[in-house]
Amino acid sequence: MLLAILLLVSPARAQDAFTAALPGLAGGFGQIAEAVEKLGASADPRALPLLQALQEGRLLKREDGTLLLQTDAGTSEVPTGRPAEAGDAEAVRVNNRVRGALRGALGSLQILSTNPEERLKAAEDVFRSRSAQNIAPLEAALARETIPAIRAQLELSLAASRLASPDNAVRLQGINALAEVTDQNARALLLETKAQAPDLARQIDGAVAKIEGRLKVRQMVETFFQGLSLGSVLLLAALGLAVTFGVMGVINMAHGEMVMLGAYATYMVQEALSGTALAPFALPLAIPAAFLLAAAVGAVLERGLIRYLYGRPLETLLMTFGVGMILQQAVRLIFGAQNREVVSPAWMQGTLTLGGLSLTANRVWIIVFGLLVLGLVVAAIRYTRFGLEMRAVVQNRRIAATMGIRTGRVDALTFAFGSGIAGMAGVALSQIDNVSPNLGTGYIIDSFMVVVFGGVGSLAGTLVGALTLGVLNKVMEPYAGAVLAKVVVLVGIMLFIQRRPRGMFALKGRAAEA
Amino acid sequence: MTNFTLTRRGALAGLGAALATPAIPSAFAQGAPIKVGVLHSLSGTMAISETALRDTVLMMVEDQNRKGGLLGRRLQAVVVDPASNWPLFAEKARELLQVAKVDVTFGCWTSVSRKSVLPVFEELKGLLFYPVQYEGEEQSPNIFYTGAAPNQQAIPALDYLLGPDGGSAKRIALLGTDYVYPRTTNRILRNYLVSKGFAAADIMEEYTPFGHSDWQGIVSSVKRFASAGKKTAIVSTINGDANVPFYRELGNQGIKAEDIPSVAFSVGEEELAGIDARPLVGHLAAWNYFMSVKSQVNDQFIAMWRAYIKNPRRVTNDPMEATYTGFKMWAQAVTASGTTNVADVTKAVIGQKVATPSGYIEEMGANHHLSKPVMIGEIQANGQFNIVYKTPGAVPAENWSPYIPENANRRR
Repeated sequence: MLLAILLLVSPARAQDAFTAALPGLAGGFGQIAEAVEKLGASADPRALPLLQALQEGRLLKREDGTLLLQTDAGTSEVPTGRPAEAGDAEAVRVNNRVRGALRGALGSLQILSTNPEERLKAAEDVFRSRSAQNIAPLEAALARETIPAIRAQLELSLAASRLASPDNAVRLQGINALAEVTDQNARALLLETKAQAPDLARQIDGAVAKIEGRLKVRQMVETFFQGLSLGSVLLLAALGLAVTFGVMGVINMAHGEMVMLGAYATYMVQEALSGTALAPFALPLAIPAAFLLAAAVGAVLERGLIRYLYGRPLETLLMTFGVGMILQQAVRLIFGAQNREVVSPAWMQGTLTLGGLSLTANRVWIIVFGLLVLGLVVAAIRYTRFGLEMRAVVQNRRIAATMGIRTGRVDALTFAFGSGIAGMAGVALSQIDNVSPNLGTGYIIDSFMVVVFGGVGSLAGTLVGALTLGVLNKVMEPYAGAVLAKVVVLVGIMLFIQRRPRGMFALKGRAAEA
Repeated sequence: MTNFTLTRRGALAGLGAALATPAIPSAFAQGAPIKVGVLHSLSGTMAISETALRDTVLMMVEDQNRKGGLLGRRLQAVVVDPASNWPLFAEKARELLQVAKVDVTFGCWTSVSRKSVLPVFEELKGLLFYPVQYEGEEQSPNIFYTGAAPNQQAIPALDYLLGPDGGSAKRIALLGTDYVYPRTTNRILRNYLVSKGFAAADIMEEYTPFGHSDWQGIVSSVKRFASAGKKTAIVSTINGDANVPFYRELGNQGIKAEDIPSVAFSVGEEELAGIDARPLVGHLAAWNYFMSVKSQVNDQFIAMWRAYIKNPRRVTNDPMEATYTGFKMWAQAVTASGTTNVADVTKAVIGQKVATPSGYIEEMGANHHLSKPVMIGEIQANGQFNIVYKTPGAVPAENWSPYIPENANRRR
């Protein structure tokens, strides 16, 4: 089969195409793109290293238009291969148009590569070059391919290439194949072809309608996922507050700054570990570090200031507000006003494909992390001695004290625990938001909203509240826009609180009156 | 609370005084110093961008003093901090004009801060140089605008996207932060597209709050918008650090610049300096200056900046270049008119020419706006821009856009 393809393109003609295309590479962006397309179609063995060099900025151009190829072995002239001095030759510059052409050309040249990863990437890239010339090589590649994921991509690219054929029968084959795919690119391609082939309009409309029907379902699932993801961010931000405000009743306006400290702790761990063997694990290691840092600050805050203000919510509010500003300014003095960059590890970048759905990896991990942290908080409150003492102090401080519980210590630990949870939220937020001194201010209102909406003192309420708000926001966003969606949700909460002042999961009994 | 604010302002005023250039003991015996006001936020959300502009003005003042000052008098910078607080901008402007009695002021970044100080400068007959690209639809006798008007940035950038090199876009998504600059600019761009025969269905417009971080929904809807079989491009007037999660989401959802290119009007070298630019390669920005411009003046400008800031890796950007240009024009006008009197200097500034770091000679027009070259750059992995397009010459400013019907007749 491979032999057949090689025979299809006679060597003499291929070489001519190669040499003929070369001068274009020294021209303007439009000429370069054209030359790249020709080189991709030439199937000449010399085209691949040349195009790779162009992509990596290793193809140089002298002022007179001579092309030079830079490799590890040295610099040589193209196409003669004579060694040459780079001198003041400049790299041939590429723009988006050239880059697009390059992807297509490299794809068609690497489609038979022995490396499966390269083959998959090539199959994806060929999709965009959409040339009828790719049909034969793609059919050949498909006949040899055994890996299902690459086969699927090859079939998609083959169908796309068939659309570019002048023969309506071949085009129809492509249309029918694409109709079975659930992919926005396929829809785009079909609509594009419709403009070129008006006589196939009916078939194309049918195929597009099929694709759209399936896309609609997928879109609903995706919106729901985005809502869950926003909800999990809200949950993480609010969980710490559910402890300090929900359980202890402290209106902690510095809560956002605890989140911010957690994000900076992530940055510090990353910097401390950079260059060491532990560097890939910086993010998991940052979780305990962020917890400890925020918890320590929380403990100092409680012992140093808040405990003198129990029972005076207004003063607590003002004081913690001030502490928040001090923390912000302190961070600004230490780290500077510029945002800090926390690198995302590779497993948090790109998309994960789950049953045909592509979900962004960082969001999936944050949902998982949010649920883990919730589990941790529930377990700590339900099953540990500290949790028992905490509940005892909240329910009846004096009786708890007579039972021998050091209530002051429990207060400090509870506040530190809540702050530490906020710090852990900071680790997650460093992956999706800017690590800046005012990171926390964006989340403080949302956190209070979630806790109050869900029901003060109820962890289940916090969970349900966060997810409800997240999904509501995302469902409304496409219709109302990001700004109005937020406004509508806020108005909704105001009306809800009017009717049910204690939130969704109101505490009942004596504890509620305390 | 009031008490607290007062003390804070007191502290800031003290800071401002401390930051002013120290007196240079030299031969400027004759006459009182010429006072140069600096009105840039040194704290709050805009500090990230505006601090560099404060430093640029201080650098220019120092440079001018080294050259012997102006009219035989020494220059003295008066720095105040309006703290990214729009009403405070007006108060600080009043303080500069009435208390410090400055001869000229360099300042403001956001349009809302400029709108806040404009009545003060007009009432007290002050002189302000505003160095940032903006939405136009304004012309005050007391302000010189050294940044771009929409026809010197937004419209040429759109033309590039619609042309063959930009991918011949047939659908445009206008994404912006929700305030006056993006809304006005997008209104101009929408009317421009309609005049080019675009259907309303081929234009998408979406706004987000300052500091927006959850871009999943919007990027998905852009993807959906782009799947109608027509080449799609994004025009971004997203401001500030919301750009970072926006670009990250583009990368995570697999949108490459070759497929859906985006052109930004508020992302420059300074903004890219703090982030990993690799996922952004190929996305575009339109400005009137890039640090990667090859010109003698630019080499000198970069060297001067790095020497002044004592950091060999600091970057320059477009608003800094506009500050440089504005300062040079003012200095030339003072020399030409032989006085610092605002009315005389204002007359003398019009028609001044300066060889700028952009590699072009820019001239101040009678409409108080500069003629400027337009450049479009693609982001490179190192956070610099690869210039893929520039106009052959400097373009005069149209501060009253013909695409805003109610103001179009105000053009001369």
